[in-house]
Amino acid sequence: MTLLQVDQLTKSFSGLRAVSDVDVTVTDGEFLGIIGPNGAGKTTLFSLLAGQLPPTSGRVVFDGQDITGWPADKVAGAGLVRTFQLMRPFESMSVLENVAVAAHHRHRSRRAARRHALEVIERVRLAEYVHAPSGSLPTAGLKRLELARALALEPRLLLLDEVLAGLVPAERAPIIELLREIHADGVTVMFVEHIMAAVMALSERLLVMAEGQELALGDPQEVIRDPRVVEAYLGEDYA
Amino acid sequence: MTDPTSTATAPAPEAPPDRGTQRRTSEVAVPLGVMAAVVVALVLVYAVGQRATDLVTQSIVTGLLLGGVYALVSVGLTLIFGVLGIVNFAQGAMLTMAMFLVYEMTTSGGLPVYVATLLAVPIMFLFGVVVQAALLNKLTLAGSHEGPLLVTLGLSLLIINVLLMIFGGRPLRVPGSVDGSVEVFGAVASYERLIAFGGALLVAVALLLLLRRTSFGMSIRAVSANAEGASLVGVDVRRIYALTFGIGAACVAVAGGLMAPFLSLTPTVGEQFTILAFVIVVLGGLGSVTGALLGGLVIGLVQTVGALYFPGTGSLILVFAVFVLVLFFRPQGILGAPQ
Amino acid sequence: MTTLTERPTTIAADDPRLKDSSATRSYAVLGVLVAVLAVLPFLLDDQTETVAVRTLIFAIMAVGWNLMSGYGGMFSFGHAAFFGIGAYTDAYLLVQHGVSPWIAMVVGALISAAAGTLIAFLCLRYKLAGPYFALATFAFAQVFLLAVQNIDALNRTEGFNVPILSEDSWTMMQWKAGSPLYFWIPLGILALGLLGTIWFVHSRTGQYAQAVRDDETAAASLGINVMRVRLVTVAASCALTSVAGSFYTQYYFFVGPEQGFGSAVSVNAIVPAVIGGIGTIWGPLVGALIVGPLSEWIADVLREPPGFLSFLEGLSGLDVAVYAALLILIVLFMPKGIYGTLRDRFRS
Repeated sequence: MTLLQVDQLTKSFSGLRAVSDVDVTVTDGEFLGIIGPNGAGKTTLFSLLAGQLPPTSGRVVFDGQDITGWPADKVAGAGLVRTFQLMRPFESMSVLENVAVAAHHRHRSRRAARRHALEVIERVRLAEYVHAPSGSLPTAGLKRLELARALALEPRLLLLDEVLAGLVPAERAPIIELLREIHADGVTVMFVEHIMAAVMALSERLLVMAEGQELALGDPQEVIRDPRVVEAYLGEDYA
Repeated sequence: MTDPTSTATAPAPEAPPDRGTQRRTSEVAVPLGVMAAVVVALVLVYAVGQRATDLVTQSIVTGLLLGGVYALVSVGLTLIFGVLGIVNFAQGAMLTMAMFLVYEMTTSGGLPVYVATLLAVPIMFLFGVVVQAALLNKLTLAGSHEGPLLVTLGLSLLIINVLLMIFGGRPLRVPGSVDGSVEVFGAVASYERLIAFGGALLVAVALLLLLRRTSFGMSIRAVSANAEGASLVGVDVRRIYALTFGIGAACVAVAGGLMAPFLSLTPTVGEQFTILAFVIVVLGGLGSVTGALLGGLVIGLVQTVGALYFPGTGSLILVFAVFVLVLFFRPQGILGAPQ
Repeated sequence: MTTLTERPTTIAADDPRLKDSSATRSYAVLGVLVAVLAVLPFLLDDQTETVAVRTLIFAIMAVGWNLMSGYGGMFSFGHAAFFGIGAYTDAYLLVQHGVSPWIAMVVGALISAAAGTLIAFLCLRYKLAGPYFALATFAFAQVFLLAVQNIDALNRTEGFNVPILSEDSWTMMQWKAGSPLYFWIPLGILALGLLGTIWFVHSRTGQYAQAVRDDETAAASLGINVMRVRLVTVAASCALTSVAGSFYTQYYFFVGPEQGFGSAVSVNAIVPAVIGGIGTIWGPLVGALIVGPLSEWIADVLREPPGFLSFLEGLSGLDVAVYAALLILIVLFMPKGIYGTLRDRFRS
């Protein structure tokens, strides 16, 4: 079953096309990796899907609903939730409160929201920091907090923007394991990442973007051998 | 890649492709449009405004002269707001302080008022430098919006009340300036106000030359555009901040000295100018000296010509209506970005 | 498809980590505080009670201002607008139509909430942030001041005098001078304001408001309707400040444009909150308890100044100068305010 359908999605900034005629279809339960050189439009694509930016043209259909141009809060409420590459904790709040804010979306009472939040916090293995001020977390902890907040909304589709960036290799493995668990629990994932080992380990399909456009889409092993992809990554001089 | 979060909050990201050319045309079109609108409005007042012609002429002359005074207070403020991003609530109080300095030098020191004004300039400059260095630099560099707002609010109250303690609340007059007036198109314009008007033009020109023709002005503009970048290429941002605030205060000193002859001095006399100056700064465009000049004249006219229809403080409502409309529909003001 | 809700929760309902006593503790503190303050009228002479009532009015304004500016992060420089609406609604309805101040208080609060919501909506709709938001609110308050000065129905610069009755009346909120009720009523309003603040801070909307203040984009991406949360916060803030204004008119039997809408009124709402601690429950109250009696203390000192201060005898302006200096020092050295700083120190 198709969960997300993107048709001819385009975003221009002052004439510059950051995202250009992208077509993607994501199936329910899928793990889709997205790679591309810097400036390829990956984060902008996420912003368009999640409602931080209105698209210039094109259409986004999520779960049978046309959500094109919806504001971010409404998109998130519908079950399409993103994380940010640069972590954005609510700094005046503790870890538990941060996650409870998201959990409140489904739980009106404070008690239920906090209970659900605690559950998610345990799930992302952040329990030792439950009452710590969110600003005091180390980078890896902040990454987990981003994940926890997104998960507390009980998303159907999770857009993860470079959750591994800024982590040392030893910190990556447990997060990759966690992503695997989340996916196994039935959450569909779109995953922008530069760490190729993680991309190859997790992705069921791989989308390669360059200069705002879709360069290749398909089986990860095949896609990375595609000459156009090699060229985009290495530059034309080496092609 | 374009940072999605910054564009999400920036105004009008969906500009048409040829934004460059469009901006260049609007740089000239908007100020010309504003001037044309003002002229048309004045012609309409003459033609169908149902007010006596000489009354209207007098209002226009008074308005322009008043606008010059407003511009004088605003150029300093626009520099501070534009470069440091500080909403200086103490601008009016600093104006008052300068007036009382001039008062003290003319009464106790026996100096002519315009000589006292010249002496007040370096004193206020120094005061401004000290205020920025001691009270504001830390907050400005931390990127706080509310901090400087609150400190300058406190400073404003402090200045006003210290003046109240020293001079008391009774209105005072600065003696011995240039009496008399001339007639312009049948309207009366006093020498004192004409001198103030000329002073406003002079200060604006001097400031523009300083900003555009000196390396110091270049540093100020660099810091204004990108403080972090400027510091990377060796500009001492703290020093520039302090000096900029000092220049802002010096402008107010000129304003205070030139205005003192035709105002009766009380510790709160400057307060009304703070908000008017902000209206003008926002109207003219943040950090734009020419914008402040133009904005000052427009606001002066709105107030005096408006008073033909809304007597008393009623015309000020018009001024604020202009302000709110500008904030909503053209927050960058008549003259867009700084310089 | 599996969703998380279908999984049995692994967290016990009475998990000790879920325990949150902060709300309960705050309610308890409030209860004790109100009980202690309530006996003050029996201990204070008339002169001191006047100071105490003025302090309570400051505190109510500051608690109201803090909701929007502290918890909501929308820095208002124009709360005089809402204080004035409250004061004038009370005066106008009472003097012109004989309406009971209790009803006028509610009507004023509703008008203020509506006006504040509209102003905030416009400012937020046009994305005014930081100093621009502050300036816009300041400008609106000035417009209100000028408008009142030019409207005949509101007596222009004359203002309104509340007719003094010959006997006590609950309906008209009037008692003989020095009655403890003049203290208990603002105390009750303040208690309700603080009660509401404590509730709000721990409620869903309040948590949303703080999240939006900390990071608007992140909040929206978590499903929070940023505009709605902000407007609700603004409405509550303006309504409470308005009630302070209504009581002001009743207590002083007079309101004019400057007493209602003057920029000094906005300052009176800001300064106690900043001195006590922005974005904390008790900060505005602590600040008001310092600022409120300050001018009285200083007047006392000046009446018979000690030798080295004799030059200050009989000067006016010193009280405001002192609290202006205090404001500057607090912003520079205790940005979280007196209460906020002490609380943080106590915690760590």
